[in-house]
Amino acid sequence: MSLISAALVTVMKALVGAHPRWQGGPPSTAQSIYFANHTSHIDTLAIWAALTPPLRVRTRPVAARDYWGRGAVRRYVALKVLNVVLIDRHKEDSQADPLRPMIEALERGDSLILFPEGTRGADRLPAAFRSGLYRLAHAFPTVRLIPVYLENLHRAMPKGTFVPVPLICTVRFGAPLPVVSDESKESFLERARAAVVELA
Amino acid sequence: MSARDKFYYLIGGVLGVLILASIISAVLQARFRGSDSEAVIQNLTSRVRAWWAMVAVFAIAFMTGKNATLVLFALMSFFALREFITLTPTKRADHVTLFLSFFVLIPLQYWLIGIGWYGLFAILIPVYAFLVLPAVAALAQDTDDFLERVSKLQWGVMITVFCVSHAAALLLLNIPGYASQNALLIFYLVLVAQLSDVLQYVFGKLFGRTKIAPVVSPGKTLEGLIGGGLGATLIGGGMYWITPFTPVQALAMSFVIVLMGFFGGLALSAVKRSLRVKDWSTMIEGHGGMLDRLDSLTFAAPIFFHLTRYYFTP
Repeated sequence: MSLISAALVTVMKALVGAHPRWQGGPPSTAQSIYFANHTSHIDTLAIWAALTPPLRVRTRPVAARDYWGRGAVRRYVALKVLNVVLIDRHKEDSQADPLRPMIEALERGDSLILFPEGTRGADRLPAAFRSGLYRLAHAFPTVRLIPVYLENLHRAMPKGTFVPVPLICTVRFGAPLPVVSDESKESFLERARAAVVELA
Repeated sequence: MSARDKFYYLIGGVLGVLILASIISAVLQARFRGSDSEAVIQNLTSRVRAWWAMVAVFAIAFMTGKNATLVLFALMSFFALREFITLTPTKRADHVTLFLSFFVLIPLQYWLIGIGWYGLFAILIPVYAFLVLPAVAALAQDTDDFLERVSKLQWGVMITVFCVSHAAALLLLNIPGYASQNALLIFYLVLVAQLSDVLQYVFGKLFGRTKIAPVVSPGKTLEGLIGGGLGATLIGGGMYWITPFTPVQALAMSFVIVLMGFFGGLALSAVKRSLRVKDWSTMIEGHGGMLDRLDSLTFAAPIFFHLTRYYFTP
């Protein structure tokens, strides 16, 4: 498994570089939620490859069951190598809370990678964020919220394509989002989005 | 002297020079710490370090054989093209042509060297790729900047794949009396081109007054070109014993490498400026720089290859 993981990191580095830029301070193993703009199927892998090994083992990407849960290979990589948190984007069971798996992971002390837009966009800058991030931030006020900007990945693997082309992509990690008390959901989400945009 | 012996003498000589260069840069760094020259010396130190890495990779590839050498050059083409494309605006409609360039053209070009099919190697990119890439791009039905997009890709592939592959293609040549020594010729080409770069840089820093092309490349000076070019040509002439050339022929060949290398650096500087970049590496944070090291080789390799092929093979 660690062999597959090493191979996966090497392939990512050769294809898209996935070079980290810690613009908001050095990497820290403190529990964090990394939230990023989302433009391609390899965004998850790019952030994961950009993390330092000690961070990588304690960080779990949040992934949609309808994509990462399908196909034997993809499912194996998702569950055994990336150790993803699978979530249901299209609620089949309207009673279940779609955030439940993330909350459980955070309670266990894991860090998360998530894409608050909820779906891939075609542009350089992210669309509006959905509310999940706000709820998680509220439920876990001590977890650091790290904005991440993925540069060039929308060019390496645009929506609708199935293989990435090699382009040098940078993964920029920003400073933790400061906590503001009594903030409305809308202004929090806009502030979070602005933090990602600022790294662009 | 056998090819092995020549190789060991060569590596020994190169290692000696590298050790000397490392000592000099360490001494300079200690002496000029905190002064105005610190940035220049930092640059020198990182160049020396890059040289160590380059020589190590080359030596391993040559000792491992032909396939390793081909893979090494294919990877250089791959990373150089990746750098070029990163700095060139691309659109969603370019996805298929980009895919073909990286994953079909590069392996194919080096595979043709491997199987020794010179005829197709020489025309694969200038003829077939030249026509197929725009044809495929047109199918994507995006006419915005069509000509710019297609020609930038063609240019990138020509420079980073076609031109660079000519260094590896020296393995193809059947030079009488030089059987199984062709790898030394690659070493020769790369060494003279790189030496010329470094010596021009050093002479330019020491004696540079007259700028040759201030708009395109402010670092290039007449004094640097003459001093560095002359130095590299003489060293290249002195290394005639690893080549199939006589001393005079080796001087002439080195001179051609130096001259083409100079123009390669100049032309690729102009390309960088037209893409609004100073260094292939600084624009791309923490990456790249492959083309900064390869620029002279891209222009020198095809000409050196064809001159050798024309004059030294039956």
